[in-house]
Amino acid sequence: MPIRTVMKANEAAAWAAKLAKPKVIAAFPITPSTLVPEKISEFVANGELDAEFIKVESEHSAISACVGASAAGVRTFTATASQGLALMHEVIFIAAGMRLPIVVAVGNRALSAPINIWNDWQDSISERDTGWLQFYAENNQEALDLILIAFKVAEDERVLLPAMVGFDAFILTHTVEPVEIPDQEAVDEFLGEYEPKYAYLDPAKPITQGTLAFPAHYMEARYTVWEANENAKKVIDEVFAEFEKRFGRKYQKVEEYRTDDAEIIFVTMGSLAGTVKEYVDHLREQGVRAGAAKLTVYRPFPTEEVRELAKKAKVIALLEKNVTFSVGGALFQDFSRALVNLDERPKVVDFILGLGGRDVTFKDLDEALEIAQKALNGEEFDEVNWIGLRKEIL
Amino acid sequence: MAVRKPPITTREYWAPGHAACAGCGCATALKLATKAFSEAMEEKYGDPNAFAIAQATGCMEVVSAVFPYTAWKVPWVHVAFENAAAAASGVEAAWKKLGRKGKILAIGGDGGTADIGLQALSGMLERRHNVVYLMYDNEAYMNTGIQRSSSTPYGAWTTTSPPGKYSIGEDKPKKWVALIAAAHQIPYVATASIGNPFDFVRKMKKAAKVDGPAFVQVHCTCPTGWKSPLEKGVEIARLAIETGVWPLFEIENGDFFNIKIQAPGGGAKVKREGGKIVAIEFKKPIEEYLKLQGRFKHLFKRPEAIDEMREQIKAMWKVLGVDVTLPKPEE
Ligand SMILES: Cc1ncc(C[n+]2csc(CCOP(=O)(O)OP(=O)(O)O)c2C)c(N)n1
Ligand code: SF4
Repeated sequence: MPIRTVMKANEAAAWAAKLAKPKVIAAFPITPSTLVPEKISEFVANGELDAEFIKVESEHSAISACVGASAAGVRTFTATASQGLALMHEVIFIAAGMRLPIVVAVGNRALSAPINIWNDWQDSISERDTGWLQFYAENNQEALDLILIAFKVAEDERVLLPAMVGFDAFILTHTVEPVEIPDQEAVDEFLGEYEPKYAYLDPAKPITQGTLAFPAHYMEARYTVWEANENAKKVIDEVFAEFEKRFGRKYQKVEEYRTDDAEIIFVTMGSLAGTVKEYVDHLREQGVRAGAAKLTVYRPFPTEEVRELAKKAKVIALLEKNVTFSVGGALFQDFSRALVNLDERPKVVDFILGLGGRDVTFKDLDEALEIAQKALNGEEFDEVNWIGLRKEIL
Repeated sequence: MAVRKPPITTREYWAPGHAACAGCGCATALKLATKAFSEAMEEKYGDPNAFAIAQATGCMEVVSAVFPYTAWKVPWVHVAFENAAAAASGVEAAWKKLGRKGKILAIGGDGGTADIGLQALSGMLERRHNVVYLMYDNEAYMNTGIQRSSSTPYGAWTTTSPPGKYSIGEDKPKKWVALIAAAHQIPYVATASIGNPFDFVRKMKKAAKVDGPAFVQVHCTCPTGWKSPLEKGVEIARLAIETGVWPLFEIENGDFFNIKIQAPGGGAKVKREGGKIVAIEFKKPIEEYLKLQGRFKHLFKRPEAIDEMREQIKAMWKVLGVDVTLPKPEE
C-alpha cells in the first residue's frame, strides 16, 4: 500500500532515490539541497538503501564519480543546486556526451554574486544546452514522481541521456506538504533493474569510453545527443502514461488550466504554476478570459505542445525566474523559436520575476496582466518586463 | 633447451598503434604499469584482466583513444582533466556493488594530478577507495604544448617559464605530490622511474596488491618537451636517479619516520644507520643529467642557477631524512 505522509521536497527526492535503488550515489551538501544527502545517509546507515554513498569533496567530484559509476554500468544519483550545479557544469556536458543516464535532483536556487540561497531557476536553466533532460516540479509529490519518471526516461534505450529534476528552493525544498510514497514493488515493476546495453567497464568485454573525436566524428556525436532529445519527447509521453496507469497521477509536458476560451495564457514552471492557477481563478471571477499553462518538461522543449497552446491564445505571457541577457528569459527564446514560422501566432510578452527568492504576489501578476492586456488590445508594449523591481534602490 | 621465462608478462594492455611521439617515456611507463597490474591481478585474484582504468586528459589520453580507434585492451574511461581520481572513485564504488573483483587504476599527468586534480586526488585517497593512482610525471603540461606545472623543476624552460633577461626559466621548486599523498596515511606511496623499470614494476605490483588506495609517481621523459634525444629517454631518467635529482622511495601507511629510500647507483656512496640510508654522497654531478636536455640549456650560462638547484635538491632530500652531497663538475 502506498503511504500517505507529509514531507519536504528534499525528503521526497531522497525517497525517490531510495525507491529507484541506485547502486552508487555521490553527493556534496549545498543549501537548499543539503537534506537530500543527509536523508540518503540515514537510509544507507539504517540498511534501508543498499548503495555505495560516496561522500565526495566537491560537486565536481560528485558528478565525476557518477560518470565513473554510470560508465561502469550502474544506476546513479546525486543532488545539488546553484553553485554546486555550476561547479558540475563541465562534467554535465560530458555525462550527456557519453550518454549516461545519471539523475540529478536540483533544488533550484539563484547564482552568485551576490550570494543568494533562495529560489530562481537560473542554475538549471543555465544547463539547458548540455543535452540533459529537464523536468520541473510544481510540488513535493511531483518532485518524487518526476525523479522516478526521469530514471525511466533517461535509461530508455531510445534516449540514454542524463536528466535533472528541479524543485524550487525553500518554496518546496523546505516546505512540508502531503506526499504519497508509492509501494516499493510498484516502483520496482515500473523501473526495473538498470541493465545497460552499451555502458560498462567489464574486463571480460573491454571497451574504451570517453574518447577524443576529430572533426570527422564530433558533429555526429553531438547529433546523436540531439536525436536522443528528440526521441525523448515520445518516450516521455509513454512513461507519463505508464506512470498514470500504475500510480494514478497524470503528467503532461505542458499542462493546461482553463485555457479553452482564454485570450491571455500565463505560462510558467515549477511552484509558481500553483500561484498562477489561483490567479487565473481570481481573474475568471472578474470576467477576464485568462488561462494558465505549466511546462513540466523543459528539455526536450515541448515545441509541438507549445504550438497547440499558441493556437488557443491571443497573448502568451511568460512568467520566468531567469535571465538570458539581451533576450529576456530563456523561455522567451524557446517560445519565439517554437512560434516564429506559424502563419497565425499570438503575441508573446516576457516577464522576469521572482529572482533570488523575491515573492511573486497577485500584485506582481496584476502588473504583468496590465502589460499583457496592452498587447491584447493592440497597444504598444514592452517585450521584456522586469516585474516587482524596487526602483527606489536602483 | 630451457626457455627463459620473460621477466614480465608478454600480455599487452597498452597496445602498439597509439600515437605518442617517438621515444615517449610516458608511453613506456604506461606499458609497464599495465603489465605490472595484470601480473598483480593474476596473483591476487587469479584473473590477469581484473582491472579497469580511469584516466585524466593529457598526452597519454589523446594519443591512445582517438575515436574510432583505441590502444586499450582493458576497460578504460576518460572523463576530464582534473577528475581521474573522482571518476575512479565512482568506478570502484560501482564494481563493489556489482561484486566485481579487481582494482581500479587511475592515471594522470603531473598537471592533472599536482595542479588541477589535486583536490579530487586528495578526496579519493582520504575516502580510502581501492584505487591505485599513477601520476606520470613528465614535469610539464605536454598536451597543450609544454607549459609549466607545479611539478616542473626549478630552472626548466617551458613555454610559460621562458628564460629571459629577468628569468632563469621556472623559478619555483618542484612540488612533491608523493609526499602530499603520503600525508593521507594511505597504505602505499612510492616514487619510481622509467630509468629503473624493474623497480617500477615491483612498486606497481605492490601498489596493485594493497587493499585501499596507493599512489605512485613515476618520472618519465618527454623528448618533445624536454628537448632531449629520442633514444636517450631511459638513460636520462637513470641519470636523474644517479645524480640525486630524482629520489626513489616508498612510504607505507604515511609513516614518514620509516621512509624506504633506495640506493641510487651510479657510484654514489651510501651511508646507512640501522639499515636505513642516512646519507648519500653522489658521484655524478647534476650537470650530467641537465646537459642532455635542451630545457636546461640556458642554465649553463647561469651557473648560480645550477647551484641554487643543488641547494633545492639537498633540501628535498633533507625532508626524506637523508644528507646528500652533490658534486660540482670537475673544472
Ligand atoms: C579544465 C581544463 N583546463 C585545461 C584543459 C587543457 N588541457 C588539457 S591536457 C592539459 C595539460 C596536461 O598536462 P599533464 O597533466 O601534465 O599531462 P601531459 O599532457 O603532460 O601528459 C591541459 C592544460 C582541459 N582539458 N581542461
Ligand atoms: S609530448 Fe611528450 S609526453 Fe606527450 S606524447 Fe610526446 S613525448 Fe610523450
